[in-house]
Amino acid sequence: MPEIRTADKLNKKYLREGMWPTIFCNGCGHGVVLDYTFWALEELGWDMDKVAFASGIGCSSRLPGYINADGLHTTHGRAIAFATGIKAANPDLHVVVFTGDGDCSGIGGNHFIHAARRNIDITVIMINNFIYGMTGGQLAPTAPLGSIATTAPYGNIEHPFDICELAKALGANYVARWTVTHPYQPMKSVKEAMQKKGFSLIEFLAPCPTAYGRRNKLGDIKKHWKWYDDNTILIEEYEKIMKFGSEDEKEKIRNKMQIGVFQDIQKPGFFEQYEKLVDRLQEKRYIGGKK
Amino acid sequence: MKYKRDPKLIREVLGKKVQFILGDMACVYGGILAGCSFFGGYPITPASEVAEGMARRLPRVKGTYIQMEDEIGSIAAVIGASWGGAKSMTATSGPGFSLMMENYGFAVMTETPCVIVNIQRTGPSTGQPTLGAQGDMMQAKWGTHGDFEAIALAPSTVQECMDFTIEAFNLAEKYRNPVCVMADGEIGHLRERVVIPDEKDLKLVDRVLATIDKEKYIPFTNSQTRKSKVPDFPTFGTGYHTYVTGLTHNEKGFPATDKQPDHEKLVKRITSKITDDLDELTNVEKLYLEDAETVFVTYGASARPAESAMEMARSKGKKVGMLRLKIVWPFPFKEIQKIAKKVNKIIVPEMNLGQIVHSVREYVDGQCKIVSAPKIGGEMHLPMELYKYLEEE
Amino acid sequence: MKWRYQEHLIYYEHGEVMIEIKDDWCKGCGICIERCPVDALEESDKLNKKGIRPPRLKEENECNYCRLCELICPDLAITVIPDKEVKKDMKKILLSPAGGKNK
Repeated sequence: MPEIRTADKLNKKYLREGMWPTIFCNGCGHGVVLDYTFWALEELGWDMDKVAFASGIGCSSRLPGYINADGLHTTHGRAIAFATGIKAANPDLHVVVFTGDGDCSGIGGNHFIHAARRNIDITVIMINNFIYGMTGGQLAPTAPLGSIATTAPYGNIEHPFDICELAKALGANYVARWTVTHPYQPMKSVKEAMQKKGFSLIEFLAPCPTAYGRRNKLGDIKKHWKWYDDNTILIEEYEKIMKFGSEDEKEKIRNKMQIGVFQDIQKPGFFEQYEKLVDRLQEKRYIGGKK
Repeated sequence: MKYKRDPKLIREVLGKKVQFILGDMACVYGGILAGCSFFGGYPITPASEVAEGMARRLPRVKGTYIQMEDEIGSIAAVIGASWGGAKSMTATSGPGFSLMMENYGFAVMTETPCVIVNIQRTGPSTGQPTLGAQGDMMQAKWGTHGDFEAIALAPSTVQECMDFTIEAFNLAEKYRNPVCVMADGEIGHLRERVVIPDEKDLKLVDRVLATIDKEKYIPFTNSQTRKSKVPDFPTFGTGYHTYVTGLTHNEKGFPATDKQPDHEKLVKRITSKITDDLDELTNVEKLYLEDAETVFVTYGASARPAESAMEMARSKGKKVGMLRLKIVWPFPFKEIQKIAKKVNKIIVPEMNLGQIVHSVREYVDGQCKIVSAPKIGGEMHLPMELYKYLEEE
Repeated sequence: MKWRYQEHLIYYEHGEVMIEIKDDWCKGCGICIERCPVDALEESDKLNKKGIRPPRLKEENECNYCRLCELICPDLAITVIPDKEVKKDMKKILLSPAGGKNK
């Protein structure tokens, strides 16, 4: 009979001593993502000595500091490039990257594109709260049209960035987007993403009541969390209604954000191909081929 | 596959003992001999040959080569690979060096060993890509924001490109600091004869890994196993669960951004670990200094015409000597002060508008006359031009 | 319903149900109270060190061990401790989608 895993036992195994309570505001979605990661790690049963975390700058990038494993807290936007290096030096490590919406799609967009294109064997967990939270509430590339931020006081006139579409187009092995408010599907998804070989991306839509919710008049913490339930829809339901639904049903769901697993394919990863290349060169050497 | 340095395989891949190769390729040979197992680069003239050479040879010695998407990604991957346990290097030129500055500072703050080869070219901005210069010397010391100490070497021949790259790896592993090899476009694209050293003549220094009990281990303080300000290195995957951050951190590695004593202690330790060892980090070449009245203080490619000018002057009876700096930063000020007492004039030929001459002036402190001999535009000094400086009083 | 205080942990026990709250860690966001499907939690009238009112079990409650409060707390401050007899049923509920789409 396996041991029942409860939150306090998880705390003792995975949290770094002396670092809690967290710096996050009350009602923030980041702590919940940490929660889901712990449950996924527990299910997978990985040895915590062989897991490395990397992160950039921002609220989401403080997460590796709370986990009792090797962590690398790097400069703004470059976490994915650092993670490529860690994986290249020691391919036995499992590398997980925590990054934010500005960190990944703003300054770090180039590194994200090329890591996805090369299919590097890392898992990227991008926590999207539509704003730059840690520095006070500036505009982020993923902010919806018309939202208010300190550097867009009259409303945002730019179109938002859909990073899951980009990852799909680049051929990443696993692409999914979930909200933080319902626990079971994200936990299973995080576990699948970590197990999968090749580049996996999970985008979490997390609430930020202090910076985003307050400026955009989304109400207090409970109403803000409800806003996520009302404005998102599962991809299967969306497709079903678009195919078979009536006109006003289609109208109602047209502007909702889609969540779910968008892509789940299996392509060979970069380091697998590189090992095959090295083996091929070693064979040539023994057959007596010219150097 | 985890890398294991195999001397037989390396010698097989590098080829004959005496070869006639480019300066860039000599840096490749030096890196592979030192045990480099990760190269993350981006093509830029005149350093593309380093990336091309590594792309050919590194997979054959079972290392990893990735062409990253830009220079910022290159230096980031190099630092990540160093924490993953590999010896890593990258190669770039002026514009790429400017892009790498932020992560160079990150490597200094987190005490990560890595090697950056900078084949300098004329600047500022795009400049003359195919011609050489020495315009980044001050940038290697003051390039990134904040207070830090840098280590930089300047090779003058193709054989030195190889030897100094091996030396750069040794210094990086010993002091846990990034090290720059400041070659320039002239030496980088020059073909000369090199002799590859035998295994028994090579001296390699490896990083000191952390081995003590996990409960007692403190990651960012003076070493707990030997007398040194450089802590033992807890690479990822060995079970120490280190938290590495670019924020100011206390001894355990946790951010301490609102405490003045923590920052002072940290920054003073990472700068003094290099400045304390100035005597070991002094490496200069002295020619005819015993009776000299005028001395050329030079480094890198401009040392070659200066040596010819000195030989011309000696054959005519003038008392001229030369001090060639091999390790430029940390600046060997004791050597400068020694010769400043004895001579009347110091001439500093450089392929820039005068950068190292300021450091020389600072330490000479008015004891003798200092003349700067700049030349920009991509051409090296001619020995006759430097001879003219000797004639004027 | 009885409760006891042990260092900084509070235990609420009612019949077979027992929950543990770390009141040092709770930040008072109120999500567990809002999201409980059977409305078994309410705000307590004690204040913790930060001036927040942590949650507590109601006098009359129908807690069915769904553990949604435990999975969704951003600060990992609440734990549901199952009784010995219910352990067998607990295993079935762990980590399978509760009534949602099964992939």
